[in-house]
Amino acid sequence: MLGDRQQLSYIAAQAADARLNLELETEGMTLNIGPQHPATHGTLRIIARLDGEQVVWAEPACGYMHRGYEKLAEVRTFPQVTTLVNRIDWLGSFANEVPFILAAEKLMGVEAPTRAQYIRTILFELSRIANVSLFLGDLGVQLGAITPVFLAFRDREYVLNLIESATGGRFHPNFDRIGGLKDDLPAGWIDETRAVMKKLRGFCDQIEDLLFGNEIFQSRTRGIGVIPRDVALQYGLSGANLRASGVDWDLRRDQSLPMMWNKADWKVWTHPDGDSFARCWIRLQETRESTKIVDQLLGSIPAGPVMAKVPKIIKVPEGEAWVSTENPLGEMGYYVVSRGDLGPFRVKIRSASFNNISITPWLLRGVYVPDIVTILASLYFILGDIDR
Amino acid sequence: MLPKLPSAEVRPLSSNSEITTPVVDTAREELLVAIKSSLGDAVVDSHLKPGDDIWIRVRNDAWQTSIKKLRDINSFDYFCFLSAIDWMPSPYGRGEDDPTEPAPQRDMTIRSGYAGGETRMQVFVRIVNSKTHIGLNVKADVADATPTIDSLITVFAGANWHEREAHEMFGIEFAGHPDLRKMYLPVDFEGHPMRKDFPLLARMVKPWPGIVDVEPLPGGDDSGDSSDGDAS
Repeated sequence: MLGDRQQLSYIAAQAADARLNLELETEGMTLNIGPQHPATHGTLRIIARLDGEQVVWAEPACGYMHRGYEKLAEVRTFPQVTTLVNRIDWLGSFANEVPFILAAEKLMGVEAPTRAQYIRTILFELSRIANVSLFLGDLGVQLGAITPVFLAFRDREYVLNLIESATGGRFHPNFDRIGGLKDDLPAGWIDETRAVMKKLRGFCDQIEDLLFGNEIFQSRTRGIGVIPRDVALQYGLSGANLRASGVDWDLRRDQSLPMMWNKADWKVWTHPDGDSFARCWIRLQETRESTKIVDQLLGSIPAGPVMAKVPKIIKVPEGEAWVSTENPLGEMGYYVVSRGDLGPFRVKIRSASFNNISITPWLLRGVYVPDIVTILASLYFILGDIDR
Repeated sequence: MLPKLPSAEVRPLSSNSEITTPVVDTAREELLVAIKSSLGDAVVDSHLKPGDDIWIRVRNDAWQTSIKKLRDINSFDYFCFLSAIDWMPSPYGRGEDDPTEPAPQRDMTIRSGYAGGETRMQVFVRIVNSKTHIGLNVKADVADATPTIDSLITVFAGANWHEREAHEMFGIEFAGHPDLRKMYLPVDFEGHPMRKDFPLLARMVKPWPGIVDVEPLPGGDDSGDSSDGDAS
């Protein structure tokens, strides 16, 4: 782990700091970023100690949005918990509900009807598109490019409209039920979705043209914030951050869940570089792959019910279950312990951003001040997902 | 300059098997035997759900060395999460008691989950093999009076924040952790909120209206208490 560029520059920075203090009686400067900063998607505060332009030490301070969902889940019934977990990663809410419902279904031995599984997978991918398209636009803003964010908000709106017309909620669908879904799809939804997916592919091309091909963007992101493969695994990074470090691992492909990703033909992208550019690039490709998944699944939704027969009062048998899915931000999992009661005994929420952002004290050592924002943006976190 | 193409090849998708729970799970059974042989007598108990997951429980004093062996010998190189469980049933139930009635009698016997346990609280960690994608849940008991266990930072650097969270929420001491500051709560907060005997005050001061759980009617009031949300 030691010996790479960052650790060496950290040591050099510390030595320089000590020498400066001795000779000139100067002190390093402490820079406070946040809690309100556009790069933080919520309220994250970063305390960075600087020596000149370099970061000597940086530490995020979490807790500005801690809502205690693990404790609250213990006093809710199983169907009520989806309302809470919806609000963890608020840009891809539906995707948060799915692993919890799957964990409850696993404990109960219930499986949703095939049609419900198809619609679940489609809505899951739509929330990924809505989430990541905002990331792609936001990325530009943080590097000083204004246009991409307007494109992103314009095109994300199409996806949010689709989610709203199917579920009734733009941000917090609360649509997933144990044993299936609340409702079937509205009439005409499939054709609309096809049209929107075409638009979104156009959006991806535009972003690639505007941003990824841009020389300034490349020089700001290439070789910045490099995470080697073994460090990524040690810190439990997941999602695009892990695949950008060259780990070929996508939970949609690599585990068998009652979801329909394996019915579509798509590709898991990896990148060997592990820098900020790689992380952004992987997300762009994933958005494209998601539109492909949605397109293919739309054509093969079978007819049938969307809800299995489950009792009105749901009691989940005693046991422990772990289910995680590949959410827009990375691996989102729930460790659910049930005692045969109406509500869960304990829910451990393993959210992607918590692990993804815990690497920052290591990663920000020795970087220059403008790169802090780039690196944080490329790690992509949402505060609700860190603090829960 | 064009973006670099990734080197990885397209891997064939898994066969479209309908989800079936295999009765025999040879991969996990063989893995459990291998784990037991590499850890020796550190394993106190184990539990295997075919086609689902493995749980093992190790001795408290062998916690750090066991995880290190699992990482080095059994190549569980991915750190997923670390947390704790308080197995004592909550003395407050689900916070739905009528405050005017006398408190109901509750069964307060402590029952542990998979792979057993002898103490009220347990620490557990999930580690995954990044090649085979098979995960493993490792539990360890922590003494009731002084819940202490070795820190995993030297094995997995990512355990740092998870241990801080478990320390804050459950009051578990991680020996060897350099910096067990509070993660979420104010510095002067007293108590450990995720312990079962810590009351959920919101439920104590106002009775919960949702005792009967039915699907709410359209236009009906719903008493959600989390008003956060639509940021960014």
